[in-house]
Amino acid sequence: MNWHAVKAIYMFEINRAIRTIGQSIVSPVLSTSLYFIVFGAAIGSRINQIDGVDYGAFIVPGLIMLQLLTQSISNAAFGIYFPRFAGTIYEVLSAPVSAVEIVLGFVGAAATKSIMIGLIILATATLFVDFEIAHPIWMLLFLVLTGFTFSLLGFIIGIWADGFEQLQLVPLLVVTPLTFLGGTFYSIDMLPDFWRDVSLLNPVLYLVSGFRWAFYEASDVSIFVSLSMTLAFMAIAMTAIWWIFKTGWRIKP
Amino acid sequence: MSETTQKPILSIENVSKTYEGGYKALKNVDLTIQKGEIFALLGPNGAGKTTLISLICGLARLNEGRITVDGHDVKSEFYKARGKIGLVPQELTTDAFESVWNTVSFSRGLFGKPKDPTVIERVLKSLALYEKRDNKLRTLSGGMKRRVLIAKALAHEPEVLFLDEPTAGVDVALRREMWNVVADLRQTGVTVILTTHYIEEAEMMADRIGVISKGELILVEDKNELMRKLGHKELTIVLQEPLQAIPDNLSHYDLQLAEDRMSLTYSYDTHAERTGIATLMRLLAEDGVRFRDIVTKQSSLEEIFVGLVEDGQ
Ligand SMILES: Nc1ncnc2c1ncn2[C@@H]1O[C@H](COP(=O)(O)OP(=O)(O)O)[C@@H](O)[C@H]1O
Ligand SMILES: [Mg+2]
Repeated sequence: MNWHAVKAIYMFEINRAIRTIGQSIVSPVLSTSLYFIVFGAAIGSRINQIDGVDYGAFIVPGLIMLQLLTQSISNAAFGIYFPRFAGTIYEVLSAPVSAVEIVLGFVGAAATKSIMIGLIILATATLFVDFEIAHPIWMLLFLVLTGFTFSLLGFIIGIWADGFEQLQLVPLLVVTPLTFLGGTFYSIDMLPDFWRDVSLLNPVLYLVSGFRWAFYEASDVSIFVSLSMTLAFMAIAMTAIWWIFKTGWRIKP
Repeated sequence: MSETTQKPILSIENVSKTYEGGYKALKNVDLTIQKGEIFALLGPNGAGKTTLISLICGLARLNEGRITVDGHDVKSEFYKARGKIGLVPQELTTDAFESVWNTVSFSRGLFGKPKDPTVIERVLKSLALYEKRDNKLRTLSGGMKRRVLIAKALAHEPEVLFLDEPTAGVDVALRREMWNVVADLRQTGVTVILTTHYIEEAEMMADRIGVISKGELILVEDKNELMRKLGHKELTIVLQEPLQAIPDNLSHYDLQLAEDRMSLTYSYDTHAERTGIATLMRLLAEDGVRFRDIVTKQSSLEEIFVGLVEDGQ
């Protein structure tokens, strides 16, 4: 293993994040605060408890997930797309660095950043609502696994993208709808049977559900189903990346 | 030359490259480079120079043929092979917001070497960049950016340095500067492989020259050897009166009579033991041919190159 290279790529990406720390943190924290004010305080005061949890507290895990997913994807996608776009990728590709090391560097940095943002949002949430975390270790495990899995997905998008619009496209058209429909703001038990069954096809549901279980021991599906699904996504994303490097798709003519 | 005793630093065996879409950019290229050489790959745009470098450095997939760097296969032993290579690409691509020092240190880490400020300092000083070490790359001029790319490529102390068209699109002063950089590199013992489509540049910098045209390496020759083999001089004798035909006693000379019959051109090998000029002059005098002037012209590598590329067609 070329650990010096992993560290070099990782630190390069982290330093880039630190240079733009203001915008990286302000926007997710601001939008999450708005959600708390609108859904938690204004609307939540008219909604009773869901699964025995106050509505304001109920949405905390979902909101963290929403930011974690979008941040992971966009950080990782931008991290690898930009050097492709600028041409500086030549150096990484000509270095004695394996696919695993490239991914560890880029994806590791993107995941670190989005997990940090997730924790900052968690801290922000304490300002708006009272809640306790029943299983902090599980909570952290889901945070890390999800951050890493969706950073892998972002990495794939960054390699696939041919322009900046495409970088925005997937988070906008796929991830945000799936998160909203994945039980971020409600329990799927509140839906009619048909839509409840459709929701079970939504991968994000399993992430939000498992994450919420770690907080309140209340979930739409079993924790082990959630964990298996998360690991399955990760395996699929890793396979896709393995294929990309094996064939040189979009990176080596 | 000790070509048989020395292990080559770079060996390219029967390499071809077909891009997706079917375009064949390289055809059965064979090339061996010895340690410490300065080698120029000379060829017009689109000849396949960048493609060859990309295959060696791992930027393009190698499917036909075999390449080794210091004995290490670039595919099966890519860690070892690539660790010995530094690449300065054709395009000026830099991270605008990084400082000179950080970007060069990054390159060293990327190539698997531990941090070593003394190496970075030495490399920056050798390229006259040390004063600029804290500058952001976007504040540098084009010539300085090129030197930063060279510094990045040298940061891990490679044994082979590729310079892909180091002077494409730069002015005369910068070109001279680059020639000096290469001359300095020669002192350090690093093997340099550069590409160019400027003939005078190959002549200026290289020990050996390979000429590539339409994906084929049509000639590889020691520069001086090339000059000797192909270099010839022309002696033009301007006559006082028109000459009807070349006199019989001069028939064994390589002589050409101009169309206006007012000058004779004699081609000879500058390196031959006897150029035959003295005898030619004496014989001309004996034949009563009187002349007004004589002019000699050295054929440059440029003319040789043009001749080669035409021959290749
Ligand atoms: N990625 C690619 N896909 C298809 N054709 C390519 C690609 N890169 C280069 N070529 C073609 O291969 C030929 C050689 O290109 P190149 O190696 O860049 O030449 P040079 O560096 O000598 O100017 C050109 O005709 C070019 O159009
Ligand atoms: Mg080129």
